[in-house]
Amino acid sequence: MVLEHFWILILFPLVGAAMNGILGRRFPHPVIAWLSCSTVALSFLVALLSFYNFIRLPEDQRILTHHLFTWIQSGNFISEFSFLLDPLSMVMILVVTGVGFLIHIYSLGYMAGQSGYYRYFAYLNLFIFMMSVLVLADNYLLMFVGWEGVGLCSYLLIGYSFEKRTAGDAAKKAFILNRIGDVGFLIGVFLIFRTFESVQYLTVFQAVSEQFAVMGTEFGVLGAITLLLFIGATGKSAQIPLYVWLPDAMEGPTPVSALIHAATMVTAGVYMIARSAPLYSRAPETLFIIAVVGISTALLAALIATVQRDIKKVLAYSTISQLGYMFLAMGVGAFGAGVFHLLTHAFFKALLFLGSGSVIMALHHEQDLFKMGGLRKYLPVTFYTMWMGALAIAGVPLFSGFFSKDAILWKTFAAGNEALWLMGVVVAGLTAFYVSRLMFLTFHGGERSEKHHQGAPDPSPKEPSWSVTLPLIILAGFSLLAGYIGLPSYLGNNRLEEFLAPSFRFQFSGQAASAMEHAHLTEVILTLVTLAVAFLGFALAYHFYIKNPQVAERLANRFPWLYSLLRRKFFLDEIYDWLIVGPVQRISRTILWKGMDVHVIDGLVHGTASLMQAWSHRVKRIQSGYARLYATWILGGALLILFYYYWISP
Amino acid sequence: MISATHYLTLAAILFAIGTVGVITRRNVITMFMCVELMLNAVNLTFITFSRFLDQIDGQIFVLFVMTVAAAEAAVGLALIVVLSRHTGTLDVDQANTMKW
Repeated sequence: MVLEHFWILILFPLVGAAMNGILGRRFPHPVIAWLSCSTVALSFLVALLSFYNFIRLPEDQRILTHHLFTWIQSGNFISEFSFLLDPLSMVMILVVTGVGFLIHIYSLGYMAGQSGYYRYFAYLNLFIFMMSVLVLADNYLLMFVGWEGVGLCSYLLIGYSFEKRTAGDAAKKAFILNRIGDVGFLIGVFLIFRTFESVQYLTVFQAVSEQFAVMGTEFGVLGAITLLLFIGATGKSAQIPLYVWLPDAMEGPTPVSALIHAATMVTAGVYMIARSAPLYSRAPETLFIIAVVGISTALLAALIATVQRDIKKVLAYSTISQLGYMFLAMGVGAFGAGVFHLLTHAFFKALLFLGSGSVIMALHHEQDLFKMGGLRKYLPVTFYTMWMGALAIAGVPLFSGFFSKDAILWKTFAAGNEALWLMGVVVAGLTAFYVSRLMFLTFHGGERSEKHHQGAPDPSPKEPSWSVTLPLIILAGFSLLAGYIGLPSYLGNNRLEEFLAPSFRFQFSGQAASAMEHAHLTEVILTLVTLAVAFLGFALAYHFYIKNPQVAERLANRFPWLYSLLRRKFFLDEIYDWLIVGPVQRISRTILWKGMDVHVIDGLVHGTASLMQAWSHRVKRIQSGYARLYATWILGGALLILFYYYWISP
Repeated sequence: MISATHYLTLAAILFAIGTVGVITRRNVITMFMCVELMLNAVNLTFITFSRFLDQIDGQIFVLFVMTVAAAEAAVGLALIVVLSRHTGTLDVDQANTMKW
């Protein structure tokens, strides 16, 4: 019953968004909050019930579709408005509604008393709706609707405090960079339709597994499709070269960063590639590009994260870096491992963001790490839960991040990409470094808060209300436990991979299973190497920020060029400015505005007007006002007509 | 024997007189009468063809033209009264404000 109508879960947030958006201005705050949270809670409940019934189905029946109506029909192009529930979308919808619900609860505390309260919750509900459409869509076009919808919500929420110029700019930057990616995505969808004459996942996958039964050797249409779709993913999921919007997106409220820019929306690209695994697994060139882009992004972002001063910026770069890991997994064909990391990352990164939000609230919107410190005794709940998240992301054994990150690294190595694996290990070390740096600077050491000046000290920072701490505790629990659904092969069953298997059944399976697949000893050794590197990162951070706080500064002074290179994020924003934004502005100003607009378009308009005026001046004499003259004109006209019909064309 | 040509020639002469009258005369009432003259010249043409082609249609047309002419006379004369009250003259060239 629930399972047949699983799609109704998308309706609740839509209703919430509509009611809050249209009437919210008149509602008192508790009504807005209640409405918004309860709709998402209902969605989550439906998702949970569906899951409960879903896992009771035999494995080969775990693909359900529900057709609502035919959306577009034009010639042989048909796009249905229908939904697909398979293991992959099941996992995603649980994450979206579950984490979404927790963050709604958190927002109650975080947004209390802010202006535009109803606006915030309406957007947040709309986001959950759009994300559900993206995840549950059963064809590429409907997915694109959700894809654009979440982009819109992201834009609206980044620019939530639009009276701040930086927020408005950040929102526009996110929107425009996403559009660039979307062009690729859309052309990819067109190409899919041209090639397979359908945009329906199952039809396309069926066709691709028949038409491309053997691996092609040259870069063909499949390569083009997958590459174009991947361009869309680089925009949405903040990969090189389109990642620069994500750090700026931190202008949005912290719960938004947690929900949209860490846990769900930015993983849409990963989801899309996992969903299109049948296409990608047959395009080895694209996969290689994805792997390289993914690991480069991971490395670059992790490097930048090590020197950022803003607590949210560190987390933003960390998100980009972790997304890079997921793309690496996609690139080496380990779709299951990528989705696994997506899942665990959603928990621990949301946790870290929400924890940082709690810190920011306690310090009255101070985000500079070097003005924090010693918060451990004031914010015990935040302190402990955030450490759980930190340990998870750093890949400490028994925490969820350990299992998922190691699965990716092992699959990378097993697929024969030792160089990529090595870079992945370096990133693991950097991850441990920057996240411990963040924790040390925030919670340990001396208090560097500047709030204590001017005689009377502020009341010491306090832990916020239950609505903030409860989601932290729950997410901490998931960060600890979520890894156990995907144990490495030397420890037991990878239940997630088994669960996801039906979603990947059209995947190309021509390659013989790698001989490394069951080399337990190698896997354990590699894991130990990763752990050692991560521990090194941790120790370095401890040394720099707890033992000898001056060392970091001295290093920065020793290598000023390196430090400023990292601080200024490899000058990528400046390069983009110089390479793209500048020329576009110059061309717009000189050619398009002063040339085209002023001379050609204005010239045409004004020219038409003055031509009319000049002519009218001459012709108006005819209209003398003498009735007899008019009668003469009529007579003349009549005679002319007569003349014409009598003599010229009888 | 009076042939159709005679009638038609007469109608043409009457029409020409009317046209010239409308164009050359300044008195509104004279112009108005000239318009009536033109209408009746046309009526005469209709009747002629009706008679000589032995068809009734022309006569029906004439009835219509006469009806319209009567209505036109009523409206036109009313306009002329208003015009003369307004400008104090019947000279049509004095009523030349309808221009740019």
